[in-house]
Amino acid sequence: MCACAGDSETTAAKPSPPGLSLENRRSFLGALLGVGSVFVGALLSVPLIRFALFPLLRQTTELKNSSAGELREFSSLTEPVMRTIQMEQVDGWRKAISEKAIYVTKDRQGQLRALTSVCPHLGCTVPWNKEKNQFVCPCHGATFAPDGTRVSGPSLRGMDTLETSVQDGQLQVRFQYFRQLVSDKEVIG
Amino acid sequence: MSATQKNQSSGPPLPEKGLWGWLNRRTGLDTLLRTALYEPIPGGARLAYVFGSGLLFIFISQVITGVFLALYYVPSADHAHTTVAYITKAVTAGSFLRSLHAYGASAMVIVSLLHLSQTYIYGAYKGRRELLWLSGCVLFGLVLAMAFTGYLLPWDQKAYFATAVGTNAAGEIPWIGESLKRMMRGGTEMGTLTISRFFVAHVFLIPACIFALVASHIFLFRKAGAAGPVTESPYNPEQKPELFYPRQVLMDLSLTALLIIGLGLLCSFVPMQLGPPANPADAQYIPRPEWYYLPIFQWLKYWHGAASVIGVLIIPTVLAVAIIALPFLDRSIERRPWKRPVAMGAYAFVLFAVLGLGLRSEYVDKHDPGVAQQLAKQKAEEEEYTRKPFEPELSSASLAAANVALGDPLAAKGKTIFEAQSCNACHGDGGVGTAAALALVGIAAKFPPGQLAELFKHPTARMNAGGMPPVDLPPDDLKALIAYVESLK
Repeated sequence: MCACAGDSETTAAKPSPPGLSLENRRSFLGALLGVGSVFVGALLSVPLIRFALFPLLRQTTELKNSSAGELREFSSLTEPVMRTIQMEQVDGWRKAISEKAIYVTKDRQGQLRALTSVCPHLGCTVPWNKEKNQFVCPCHGATFAPDGTRVSGPSLRGMDTLETSVQDGQLQVRFQYFRQLVSDKEVIG
Repeated sequence: MSATQKNQSSGPPLPEKGLWGWLNRRTGLDTLLRTALYEPIPGGARLAYVFGSGLLFIFISQVITGVFLALYYVPSADHAHTTVAYITKAVTAGSFLRSLHAYGASAMVIVSLLHLSQTYIYGAYKGRRELLWLSGCVLFGLVLAMAFTGYLLPWDQKAYFATAVGTNAAGEIPWIGESLKRMMRGGTEMGTLTISRFFVAHVFLIPACIFALVASHIFLFRKAGAAGPVTESPYNPEQKPELFYPRQVLMDLSLTALLIIGLGLLCSFVPMQLGPPANPADAQYIPRPEWYYLPIFQWLKYWHGAASVIGVLIIPTVLAVAIIALPFLDRSIERRPWKRPVAMGAYAFVLFAVLGLGLRSEYVDKHDPGVAQQLAKQKAEEEEYTRKPFEPELSSASLAAANVALGDPLAAKGKTIFEAQSCNACHGDGGVGTAAALALVGIAAKFPPGQLAELFKHPTARMNAGGMPPVDLPPDDLKALIAYVESLK
């Protein structure tokens, strides 16, 4: 490091061959410092970027599966049964636990299926009517078959099925909301 | 010589062509860069002058990390601790950034002290540089205020109790103490208003003052010029100058590199801990301030009763005034430390007193078995809490639902009736309302209980038209249902 004041007096005052002049050495040092600073700056911004992009790297909102009960409870199912599940929704650093009513029933092949009790017409809670062997919505009279398919009334589609899975002998249900007043099932949120 | 001097003060010829030339013509960026880099330093570059740039670097790092931390932080007694736990345990690089911000605060205090000591020992406050010293003293005060206000924000046990002690100490100041303490806390007790106040001070007020003062500090520095070595005149620099760029820049950058490496290693291998959430009812907790406040903490232990005016108010005020007014009190132009025995003696005395008080505080804690045991327990709790995985906070909506079920048994019975009668079909679960019927939440405030029962039994024509059937229930069940509807708030 001899680019000091004493040196500059002799070198900068008179012209010198390119590549050796103080100016060239200084601009080389400048470029080196510039590149070095950009490099270190980029390195330092890595944790900042990872921190800010956390919602892209991981799941920050999550709807957890809830247990609807033991699988064997539903083995001899003859009609839909209502179950209250605890829905856990993770939203960043907080979570909300709410209770939701669902039905466990069987489809035509005899496979277990979970239905939301929210009417696809206008969102009322649909009760099971044992006498009629149908779901009958108390609000506007939409009716649905035991497996949830549409029978009659103002609803444009059948009752909405929920994703299910089996874990440790438990029937796990993933509760979701669906758009009302449309003919195709469409998840909201 | 004249040609060389011209070259030294202006640097290489201004760019005229290309992108850089155009940018410079439009913005004057190159001229600005030259002004920054071609600052003459009398007597040449030295390692002793590196602390100012080091401080600027840490300050910028604190601002950037602070802004990023605010992406997830919430300043309220309910959520502050959860959000800091989220940052530390869940967010990618969160523990590293929080550690960088927290250790950065300590680094800021250390480098400030080094910068201040260098200025003092070199007599660089003398002559034309009074305002530079003055603004520096205020900046140091602001750095300590940042450390104090930032310490509370995680709202863990350590933060809560250290701030309780700190604000109590402010309360010891005669006459204005109580009002000052209440002002700082936002009330007589520490609580969510304290966090709001500390947050606003830490994030808006003090940083704004620091920005303004750093700008004036640098402006005053450039106006007065670098002080140079101890043999230089404090009024008219005579020694041969060397430009700030490149040698001094390289020296400054080497301190910056050291800080980056040091802080980086510290944050990676000894990340900042987070203790359990603040529990004001914990009567066992022994609060200890951060290391840089230990001397003051120890000092305050010696002053009680009537004499406390001397220790809490008079001595600190005299000391602070003496330090701030130093350039006006010490008008001699002598800068060499070995020719300033009084100034150096005073420096050594204050330094040893501060170090001694800090060490004494540590010694006392270590040699009191009860205290040492409790402090060790607190440290272990902190480590344990930091290790535990992150647990999300239960939102208030979930709690309200749980409270109804647990609280009034009549309302709980009403809830089952509400669901069994399919009231929730139209009015929604928890009476939140659906497209078919209005929400029942808060409806009890509009109708007295008698009227509500009447409406249930004999709905109005409008209610009938909307599909509301008359409620036909035994009186006890109706009472329970009304109790439940009333509980929906």
